[in-house]
Amino acid sequence: MSSYMSAPPHLAAIMELARADANVVVVSQDFGAGQFTEAFPDRHFDVGISEQNLVGVAAGLAHVGKLPFVLSMAPFVSMRGFEQIRDDCAYNRNSVKIIALFTGLEAGPWGVTHHAMEDIALLRTIPGMTVIVPADSNQVGQAVLASAAIDGPVYIRMAGFAADMSPIEGMDALRPGEAGVLREGSRLTMIATGTAVRTVLAVHEALARDGISARVLNMHTVKPIDRGAIVRAAEETGRILTVEEHTVIGGLGSAVAEVVAEIGVGRVRRVGIPDRFCTEIAPYRELLSICGLDTAGVEAAARELIGA
Amino acid sequence: MVDATVVRELEERAADLRRHIVSIAAAQRSHLGGSMSSADLMAALFFRFLRFDAKGNTYDHFLLSKGHAVHVFHACMVELEQIAASELPLSGTSGSRLGGHPTFRAPGVEFATGSLGHALSVGVGIAMGERLNKSDKRTVVILGDGELQEGSVWEAAFCAPHFGLQNLIAIVDANEFQASGSTAKIMQVEPIAEKWRAFRWNVIEIDGHDMGAVVDALDSAWHAANPTAIVAHTVKGKGVAGVEGTGRAHYTRLTAEEAEATLASLGAKR
Repeated sequence: MSSYMSAPPHLAAIMELARADANVVVVSQDFGAGQFTEAFPDRHFDVGISEQNLVGVAAGLAHVGKLPFVLSMAPFVSMRGFEQIRDDCAYNRNSVKIIALFTGLEAGPWGVTHHAMEDIALLRTIPGMTVIVPADSNQVGQAVLASAAIDGPVYIRMAGFAADMSPIEGMDALRPGEAGVLREGSRLTMIATGTAVRTVLAVHEALARDGISARVLNMHTVKPIDRGAIVRAAEETGRILTVEEHTVIGGLGSAVAEVVAEIGVGRVRRVGIPDRFCTEIAPYRELLSICGLDTAGVEAAARELIGA
Repeated sequence: MVDATVVRELEERAADLRRHIVSIAAAQRSHLGGSMSSADLMAALFFRFLRFDAKGNTYDHFLLSKGHAVHVFHACMVELEQIAASELPLSGTSGSRLGGHPTFRAPGVEFATGSLGHALSVGVGIAMGERLNKSDKRTVVILGDGELQEGSVWEAAFCAPHFGLQNLIAIVDANEFQASGSTAKIMQVEPIAEKWRAFRWNVIEIDGHDMGAVVDALDSAWHAANPTAIVAHTVKGKGVAGVEGTGRAHYTRLTAEEAEATLASLGAKR
């Protein structure tokens, strides 16, 4: 039991599911599953370094009634495994749950090949896909537990290799498809996902010190997106700042802008990884700063948006 | 060795399948070649080896990884009375439930395919799952030889022996042609059998039009202690004089004369 207690949040949640449901299995690629493997040695399959095969195998397991959780690295499973996610999981209606680690710029100086900055954009184009980006370790566990009940493939973008994923105080429990309202405010709404939620909460405090009232939404589910929360933000606060550790093309910012453009109310400014490769050799936090994704960068963007 | 009457019966079935395929290729351009080349393999699978449940769905698992050979699958469904023969020539036309690859609109399709190099991995997952389920179901995946150029096939090929999936059978319909020419010219895939052997599969190499050999190979694979790859050497467009064994066989429409001559050579319907 002690090993279970020390399991990382995604494994702890999978183990909780696995104890109740014998169909829960883990498929990984050159990726240990630690305590899960110790507890359920017959239910962990490591297929080696083969993302296409990884997703295809998981789809096959789901096809015969298993509930497979895939452990893989975000840049590789989302791009190399994309067609298998689209065809074998979504199109063929196989409920595979993908837990993608090493997200955004977390791989830092390992370089561009290991930066996952396109995955949200890619995955949200797939019909029937659910894309969840938890903001802290508690939400990781909640996302994994919730994913089991979702009829369809789920992509959980799980930071934590380099990013701080310690529990955020006062965080709502993650309910897929329902944005968390972390702060109420009237002058603008900051909509963030994943690691950017923590940053935006810090920016909220800085703005509050200057009497600027900002709403903060945790848009942990990028697909299906909480359209109602975006419409309310546009109608009630006008200006919307989106923040994500992902390219500005196609991710959260685009998803929010699509809704705002369709209702014709409000204005959106997107903060994310600019449309370029982050070729600088630097640790994770420094790369975030270079991309304007640190507190200072996000605060400057927020002030610019509202002219303050 | 299998009984001669069984062989004759299955040969008749294969001729039936080829007649159905010709009815499509006479009406429109279609992926004739790969359907005709696998007709004997499909006849043996669907009318001797694969088991069916009470609803008529396969009890064992069947995945057509070379999805463009869908016409031979639809032909099997006609023989199993899931599809009317009159639907075949209308494949792909507005309102038809028969597409150019296996889809869920057609009856009997277990897994929708089309993009090459997918189904062997899915088959590996199914075989793993059925072992956990303690089921005796077999999983059969048919691949093309051109398809072997997809790297993902070999990712899956690594996997099956590693996990000891004796309940998985891969059949390579080695008809020596791909979309734009012979495999020897476009990208040599031979020696095919040696590749699967090197990946630690149990390999059986046969003439894919010799029904006795097809049945013996499947019988042996069905009860093998390791995952088995049956490398079936076939002729693209088998049965269509003047077209078989040529690049044209891959995707073509038959003239009325060609269709008639083919039907005549297949013999009178029983």
